[in-house]
Amino acid sequence: MWTFFHKLASPPHFYRLAPQIVPWLAVPGLLCIAYGTYAGLFVAPPDYQQGDAFRIIYVHVPAAYLSMLAYMVMAISAAIGLIWRMKLAHAVAASAAPLGAWFTFLALATGSIWGRPMWGTWWEWGDPRLMSELLMLFLYFGYMALRAAIDDTVKADKASAVLAIVGAVNVPIIHFSVEWWSSLHQGPTLIRAGGPAIDAAMLYPLLAMILGFSLLFGALLLRRVRSEVLYRERRKRWVRDMILAAGGRA
Amino acid sequence: MEALAMGDYGPYVWTCFALTGLVLVICDWRARSRQRQVYRDIEVRVRALEEGE
Amino acid sequence: MSERETSLPDLLPGAYALVRRDLRVAWKRPGDVFNPLIFFAMVATLFPLATGPSPEQLAFSGPGVVWVAALLAMLLSLNGLFWSDFEDGSLEQLLVSPLPLPALALAKTIAHWLLSGLPLVIVSPAIAMTYRLPGAVIGVLMLTLMLGTLSLSLLGAIGAALTVGLPRGAALLSLVILPLAMPLLVFGARTVSFVAAGDSYAAGVYFLAAYAVLGLSLAPFATAAALRISNE
Repeated sequence: MWTFFHKLASPPHFYRLAPQIVPWLAVPGLLCIAYGTYAGLFVAPPDYQQGDAFRIIYVHVPAAYLSMLAYMVMAISAAIGLIWRMKLAHAVAASAAPLGAWFTFLALATGSIWGRPMWGTWWEWGDPRLMSELLMLFLYFGYMALRAAIDDTVKADKASAVLAIVGAVNVPIIHFSVEWWSSLHQGPTLIRAGGPAIDAAMLYPLLAMILGFSLLFGALLLRRVRSEVLYRERRKRWVRDMILAAGGRA
Repeated sequence: MEALAMGDYGPYVWTCFALTGLVLVICDWRARSRQRQVYRDIEVRVRALEEGE
Repeated sequence: MSERETSLPDLLPGAYALVRRDLRVAWKRPGDVFNPLIFFAMVATLFPLATGPSPEQLAFSGPGVVWVAALLAMLLSLNGLFWSDFEDGSLEQLLVSPLPLPALALAKTIAHWLLSGLPLVIVSPAIAMTYRLPGAVIGVLMLTLMLGTLSLSLLGAIGAALTVGLPRGAALLSLVILPLAMPLLVFGARTVSFVAAGDSYAAGVYFLAAYAVLGLSLAPFATAAALRISNE
């Protein structure tokens, strides 16, 4: 078992194994999303307060959840790369960032669209989730900007790892401060905490969507890491041998 | 038809789901094209080196 | 990790010497201290110019404006935290010093706060009065600024260490630090608004104090790590 992980960390093995793992994540992920979408849109009963608009929860919450999961993946793999000097870990961190940023954008966009019929505006500064997501997006941009500004890959890996770790420590603080700040004037929120217990018929599609998104994230991440590894190892012997042996297939 | 209308919230709900699908497709497409790009660039360089030898 | 053993008596004089050196250098270049202060005053001037000088509006937005201006002035001065040392090679000296780098990083950070944060705190009452803030409110404003600028120096030092020597490092520093600094702004400015409305300042000040303590204990290590990484 340990040798499996040990082998996985070696770039040529990872490059070979990753495409075999991807379908095991992508297919169940798509199935979960298919079920979640269908049940969320057509089976779950309308909310007593928000009517059918609440169905946006089935994409908004998974996107928000993934935006934070991606950040944690990024920060943890960056820390692993920094402490144990694993090249693959740094590749994972670099690959997770753009995906996380996309999910954060999605959370913001769906949150904004959801807000329009609920509050009448496209943006409500008082909503804690939207504000937290906005700050997450800024954190992602900062990380990606720092990476892009440093030419040397090893240096960029380490510097952005420090930033990711500092950011991860601050994420709970940011969430706490935004919650406190927005609770000050009892502004309208998208998802009312402390409302009636959520109906099972409403909950299961949501869980399915969250699971499906996570699995797809895993699949997308593996593919990006694979490309990242290939790029980082481009001058190595194993890459050269592999390309010559493949003779022109992508 | 009623399903599509979603009680007047139709445009909002469907836009959100469409946007989600779009983002997932974009991520998938970018992952693919990045892989293709990297592979092709390396392939070109490796072939050049082979011929040079 | 080398096995340098420095006991506390050796550490303090070394760190103190570094703080004194930075203060002496700043004494010779007063612009480094005054420019961010003038910037602070200018930003505070921008708001009435942009939104009109009505007294109620000013008093209402006063805490927020002063805090934002202070935040921006701190960002401006953070750029220079390691820059001059980087340029003249003394940063390398710090890196090979027998003293632990986190202690030296903390020393530089404290010096920076004394030169950039504390002057802001001292000047803030003048600005606050132009915004028609009452005396008790100004007191809380100074307290929150004191704690907040300290945290900003600590946090900003990490960013400065990560971006020292990078092209357009100044813009990058701001981009990297601002999201992390937002909780400080939220608690700092809103607490002052609370006091203006008659509420207690306790929650906000406790938060800022806790954040400062967290920063004091963790930030120097992150700054030291970042310095090593930037200067390999």
